[in-house]
Amino acid sequence: MNGKYETHEHDVLIIGAGGAGLRAAIEALTQGARVAVVCKSLLGKAHTVMAEGGIAAAMANVDQADNWRVHFRDTMRGGKLLNNWRMAQIHAQEASDRVRELEQWGALFDRTEDGRILQRAFGGHTFKRLCHVGDRTGLEMIRTLQDRGVQMGFDVYMECAVTRLLKDGERIAGAFAYWRENGRFVVFKAKSVVLATGGIGKAWPITSNSWEYTGDGMALAYEAGADLMDMEFVQFHPTGMVWPPGVQGILVTEAVRGEGGTLRNRSGERFMERYDPRKMELSTRDVVARAIYTEVKEGRGTEHGGAFLDISHKPPEYVKRKLPSMYHQFLELADVDITKGPMEVGPTCHYMMGGVKVEAETAAASVAGLFAAGEAAAGLHGSNRLGGNSLSDLLVFGRIAGLAATEHAKKTAMPTIDAGQVEAAEREMLAPFERKGGESPYTVHADLQDTMQKLVGIFRTEDDLRSAMTQIAKLKERSQRLAVSGSRMFNPGWHLSRDLQAMLTVSEAVTRSALARRESRGAHSRIDYPNLDAAWGKQHNLIANRSGNMELRQTPVIDMPEELKLLVAEEKGAA
Amino acid sequence: MAEAVLKIFRGTSEGGATAEYRVPVAPGMVVLDALHHVQKHAAPDLAVRWNCKAGKCGSCSAEVNGRPRLTCKTRMDSLPQDQAITILPMKSFPVIKDLVTDVSWNYKVNKKIPPFTPRPGADWKFSQADIDRVQEFRKCIECFLCQNVCHVVRDHGKQEQFGGPRFFVRVAGLEMHPLDGLSRTKLLKDELGIGFCNITKCCTEVCPEGIHITDNAIIPLKERVVDDFYDPVLRLVRKIRGAGKAADH
Repeated sequence: MNGKYETHEHDVLIIGAGGAGLRAAIEALTQGARVAVVCKSLLGKAHTVMAEGGIAAAMANVDQADNWRVHFRDTMRGGKLLNNWRMAQIHAQEASDRVRELEQWGALFDRTEDGRILQRAFGGHTFKRLCHVGDRTGLEMIRTLQDRGVQMGFDVYMECAVTRLLKDGERIAGAFAYWRENGRFVVFKAKSVVLATGGIGKAWPITSNSWEYTGDGMALAYEAGADLMDMEFVQFHPTGMVWPPGVQGILVTEAVRGEGGTLRNRSGERFMERYDPRKMELSTRDVVARAIYTEVKEGRGTEHGGAFLDISHKPPEYVKRKLPSMYHQFLELADVDITKGPMEVGPTCHYMMGGVKVEAETAAASVAGLFAAGEAAAGLHGSNRLGGNSLSDLLVFGRIAGLAATEHAKKTAMPTIDAGQVEAAEREMLAPFERKGGESPYTVHADLQDTMQKLVGIFRTEDDLRSAMTQIAKLKERSQRLAVSGSRMFNPGWHLSRDLQAMLTVSEAVTRSALARRESRGAHSRIDYPNLDAAWGKQHNLIANRSGNMELRQTPVIDMPEELKLLVAEEKGAA
Repeated sequence: MAEAVLKIFRGTSEGGATAEYRVPVAPGMVVLDALHHVQKHAAPDLAVRWNCKAGKCGSCSAEVNGRPRLTCKTRMDSLPQDQAITILPMKSFPVIKDLVTDVSWNYKVNKKIPPFTPRPGADWKFSQADIDRVQEFRKCIECFLCQNVCHVVRDHGKQEQFGGPRFFVRVAGLEMHPLDGLSRTKLLKDELGIGFCNITKCCTEVCPEGIHITDNAIIPLKERVVDDFYDPVLRLVRKIRGAGKAADH
């Protein structure tokens, strides 16, 4: 190495500064680790900031009958029992403590009449369970965690992008990254690495996700030899904006329905009666997204190809107080006053249930020293996530990852960095500058998005998925011939040339897994296999890197203890 | 389809100039969409910060036709169609490249602020009315537009002695938290230089979240500083009434 690269040494390196990364960092600091957080954007801008509706936790402040068992059952049923039951149990048991902790760190949730944290209804949750701050819960959470972490004194490397994980033999040794500001390379040496990099929505053109959501953590883990799991389960949120074109995909929070919003088609019919007459608009996201998609496909959609979502029957002041960002978003971007008339909405790519396969108790991936939490990890949500279970996931498993990563670091010696790996990572990053006349990463990205939208969307078929595989193979070849212009200083085209590799890896993993799963379950809907299949209900798809080739295999769903099986089978609550 | 002409600053800390780009305008398009179009079709190395494109993260601040704003919330059809649209980086922060500026000063100021410190024995019960004002402050998305327009920063360069509107809003959120037990008036007076603010309300005007920065945050904080440092009678009255704030000076 000989000082050629700027090098930093930490016990725990956390990649990503959203809810999971920051909560992991706080825990690792509490446990006495030397912690670094590396993030692609400025601190406080991570995707968590966009979360709107709330944090699910069975605090029973509004509905006193709520408890962790009901939350657990709702989560398992929402995920069509493909969830890692132990993760779902830990999550339901610990979420309330994590919310109370946020409050003690300064977060201010909306209040009940008697001065406690107010909770609202959400899809798939039996009781009013979502702790919230109007429709900007994510902002409250990230600011609280950010301020806490800064005061505790973690080192933050902002606008610094990790492009490779480094290994010392079979274990993690750190990461290779570059500073976006000046394009210089940097090596992080660490005993433990926590991936808290979020999801993959930018592989689709219509998405609620920010530019950062390019599957980095999953691709980094895959390249480092860790298993990915449940990659076929991509959540399309039922309600994104559909008009005007510039705002297509921007999220319309489920809280609109939680606060009493209704869905209607062009003829004014409340069509959810035909899809889920019991839960109606508060059915799970997979069901509502398919319902809206079907209404549009069968000619009952709105002018711009969506459904009407209406909250205007509530008093205007109530709407403005409980849904302030929605009110402003529609007024400013779509010229629609939601206190007076309906919004036009349609499905938008929103969340990845799949990700890095982890152990429930430790968030450990299948490579020693590697951990993952939040959207980057798989397991908690099974085949479909309930709204509100993401923010609680970030806190519960962010903390667990920070704790386990510190414990691992305490019993491990500092690894050695292999100069060969670092030099290979550097060559890989510089290659696009050296090619002349190659393709722009923007063009290849647009074509990938087009492929995923058309062929790997809400409804899937064998034929479509096979053509997607062919297309992705061609795109991968094209991605080897990218060229970028300009300097290494803050160069988005150059950056995209790396993000694109991650998006191609996860897109292939999604498509391969979707092709294998010949059934419909949760967010994965196969027109050619429209029903649940009992045998597939006992299997996860795993994706692994075998000497550069993507290998798919199955692993059994972990069996639940009898008492929990009985709990899940109980008649009460959400079906 | 209509076409817009954008004049975008291209350059670094060492200098630069605006360059012209032509962009087709679609219904409902915002300035950030136009910048993305330029990246895709003409200048893939155009440096722009953005994340959510929904007015929630506060990353895409710039000066559009001389007015500091979020480019993701600035509709193209709200700007004059018959002339070029000029897009410059925020003036008060050093340019890194193109529209990206060095905002690290803000993170340094934030570090000076003592965190939320709950009073011992708090029972964590308080009414919505007690927190409405604080929730207004906590809507801040840290776009730093208020910092950018503040005369104390923009025209007088007092960064070393001044915190800026963003951090007055943050301190106000802590000071007015119903359970916080710390006083930050000495910090406001000495390190954040709240006295430099002459309440011209420029910050309030540019806030994309509509926070009443001057009226609801800065003026009440100035009053607290006055009470604590220049009016011993009021200070005594407040103590007797049991506002419960243990002053740190």
